Amino acid sequence: MYNGGKIIIGLLIFAALVTSPFWTNAGRKVDVPEPKVDTPAIKEAQAALGKKEVCVEPRSFMRGGHMQLLNQWRDSALRQGKRVYTNSEGRTFNISLQNTCMKCHSNKKNFCDKCHNYLAVSPYCWDCHIAPKEEERAPAVAAGSEMAPAAAAPEEAKL
Amino acid sequence: MKINRRDFIRMAGITAVAGLTGAGTIARLKGNSLEAADYTPPAEALKAKHWGMVIDVSKIATPEDYQRMMDACHIPHNVPGFDNPKDEIKWIWADTYEHTFPGMEHPYMNPEFKEKNFLVLCNHCEKPACVRVCPTKATFKRADGIVVMDYHRCIGCRFCMAACPFGARSFNWRDPRPFINEAAMNREYPTRTKGVVEKCTFCVERLEKGEIPLCVEKSNGAIVFGDLEDPDSEIRNILASTYTIRRKPELGTGPSIYYVIGGGGHVRESA
Amino acid sequence: MLEKALSGSRRYWTLVLVLLGLAGAGVLAWFKQYSYGLGVTGLSRDVTWGFYISQFTFLVGVAASAVMIVIPYYLHHYKKFGRIVILGEFLAVSAVTMCLLFIFADMGQPMRMMNIFLHPTPNSVMFWDAMVLGGYLMLNIVIGWTTLHAEKKEVAPPSWVKPLIYLSIPWAISIHTVTAFLYAGLPGRHFWLSAIMAARFLASAFSGGPALLIILALLVRKYTKFDPGEEQIRSVAKIVAYAMAANVFFLGLEFFTAFYSNIPGHMNSFIYLFAGLEGHGKLVPLMWTSAVLAVVSLALLIPPQTRNRLDVLLVACIAVFISLWIDKGFGLVIGGFIPNPMEHITEYWPTATELTITIGIYAIGFLVLTVLYKVAVSVKEEKEPPVKLPAGAKQEA
Repeated sequence: MYNGGKIIIGLLIFAALVTSPFWTNAGRKVDVPEPKVDTPAIKEAQAALGKKEVCVEPRSFMRGGHMQLLNQWRDSALRQGKRVYTNSEGRTFNISLQNTCMKCHSNKKNFCDKCHNYLAVSPYCWDCHIAPKEEERAPAVAAGSEMAPAAAAPEEAKL
Repeated sequence: MKINRRDFIRMAGITAVAGLTGAGTIARLKGNSLEAADYTPPAEALKAKHWGMVIDVSKIATPEDYQRMMDACHIPHNVPGFDNPKDEIKWIWADTYEHTFPGMEHPYMNPEFKEKNFLVLCNHCEKPACVRVCPTKATFKRADGIVVMDYHRCIGCRFCMAACPFGARSFNWRDPRPFINEAAMNREYPTRTKGVVEKCTFCVERLEKGEIPLCVEKSNGAIVFGDLEDPDSEIRNILASTYTIRRKPELGTGPSIYYVIGGGGHVRESA
Repeated sequence: MLEKALSGSRRYWTLVLVLLGLAGAGVLAWFKQYSYGLGVTGLSRDVTWGFYISQFTFLVGVAASAVMIVIPYYLHHYKKFGRIVILGEFLAVSAVTMCLLFIFADMGQPMRMMNIFLHPTPNSVMFWDAMVLGGYLMLNIVIGWTTLHAEKKEVAPPSWVKPLIYLSIPWAISIHTVTAFLYAGLPGRHFWLSAIMAARFLASAFSGGPALLIILALLVRKYTKFDPGEEQIRSVAKIVAYAMAANVFFLGLEFFTAFYSNIPGHMNSFIYLFAGLEGHGKLVPLMWTSAVLAVVSLALLIPPQTRNRLDVLLVACIAVFISLWIDKGFGLVIGGFIPNPMEHITEYWPTATELTITIGIYAIGFLVLTVLYKVAVSVKEEKEPPVKLPAGAKQEA
């Protein structure tokens, strides 16, 4: 190989640089994220339905597939005006990130952010969609708004 | 093995393209693993074939009346308030006769009428120029005639703003959040982000719940909202019994907002 | 062949470094714009397209102008243009690159650029503009590179290049027509709503582009061992003269329609640009400069005695280029937004950040041009015997 010595050395340096995140962090302990699903709204729904999984779709799907679902939701609600979602169990939901998903998962910092931060994912949804205000108690309906809904159980959350 | 540069690059290129195409196809086919799920429109939504508005400014008296209707729209929709005209975002506002209907004013008009403020907003045209020019279908016309924005898809090219003959659209030149009153912010409705175009949406989110647009609700009867293709609707009755005009009709965009001229006793009281 | 751009004189590397510096400044300024938003520019709710889009509009014309060399050479076998056709094609590559960069810089959400391809919208002129610009860039890169490489190897270009060359001719016309259609089909903007818009664009393209090509050819002549040829340069000058005459004539036609019809909607933008409207007149001095330069350039271009003298021709070409740059860059785009659809006036002037980004993009374009020209000239220098340089020009080391 022409200039073989220089090339091989260069390749070794490149390999070292490209794999540096792995060997510089070797042995460091980082806790696996544990997103919390113990908000009052979720507990209420679990009691009402008598089971643990009360989300729009089962956890096994939502863990990896919530973004696919949200994209389908976005196109269906916004572009086709079909704002009611009937899931595989037959429960209906109003399609809304802010007003359906986040009404249950009102603890964004302890739920969404836990995994997102761990994986260095920063979705820009929150540039527009207003993230829930994190308080001690479950967040009340926004005061003074003319669009204030009657906050029903999450499976029938209407706007 | 001996291989020349050109063949090496050719092989690498073909492998890369094949690999990416293969991976992409497999991902597409795998799709997501949701079973039979269904999407339906909300049962309580208001339905129409062609939503329109009739505005009778003779029923809007004071500057406070105009401000009330503008605030009724802007505040719940989290429209930011900038104090400079450069960054300004407005969905509905007031302007005088000669600016709302340029070319229609004449020197011998009653000055009170010449300076009368008209309520100005997106006309939700029948043949919208903005929809025609949008390169991504981020703005599109629904079956019920409403011209809607998909803020997720907008690339911020502002072609729609150049195309709109009525100046109805605004652009987010910067992050709007700091300019929305935190205390008054409607947490049930999103804001927009920098780099996208926004405008009046005929309150589609309220129509879905069976409610009329906010400006109409707060207009004390000055604005009537209804289905232009329903011959028995109130809006059609008004259009048939009064003299109404639209903005820049000669351009052929077919605005859906009609302005009553010479209102007063001619106009039927709204329910 | 690219390795030819990696060796050069001290002057070459100085130029490359200066351009890289300017490009770097532009990139930094763009980061500021990306983080703050397009509000760092002078744009407003009323004037929504400004410097970036006007530069793009102007450069599309420069890019299309390669066709003025391609048509005589490939279609009509005017062999003399063989020396400079590569310069035209590479100028087109550089110009289209800048066009695409200006569009990118002007987008509110540039990271969503792929939406144009993911959601194709044939009824949108902008969709077609993206398609034809991308296609033209590819065409010129492939054609230019392949023909240059064939010349280097002293063989005929491969036969598949011919249909691409023929394709590039209507394609060049199309990129400018489609860009003109961005403006000419908008119902609310009477300043732009004119059938002659595309023709005006083409006329100014075919004068401004070749004018720049002449300036570049003269620079190549002065600073390298390759001589594009006096006869070739004089032929291109004829093209510039005719096209500039047509361009000024078309502008006159627009004036006539606006002012003889006396329709306010048609007159208002012209009045704003050339006289000021309701006390607003920021662009008036610029527009008159453009007009004077246009007349001066025609006075120098039309008589052969002045046109054929290369030193006078250089002045004329600079005058043409600046005049058209002002006309397109300030007059056309900004004039269309003033007055706004509700007959209010909001003026526009670019900000420092905006100008830094603009200069950065021009630097990137000029860098692309420098690299490509270095390759082309190096290949040609190897082929041609060194030309006896006119007195006063420096010999390369």
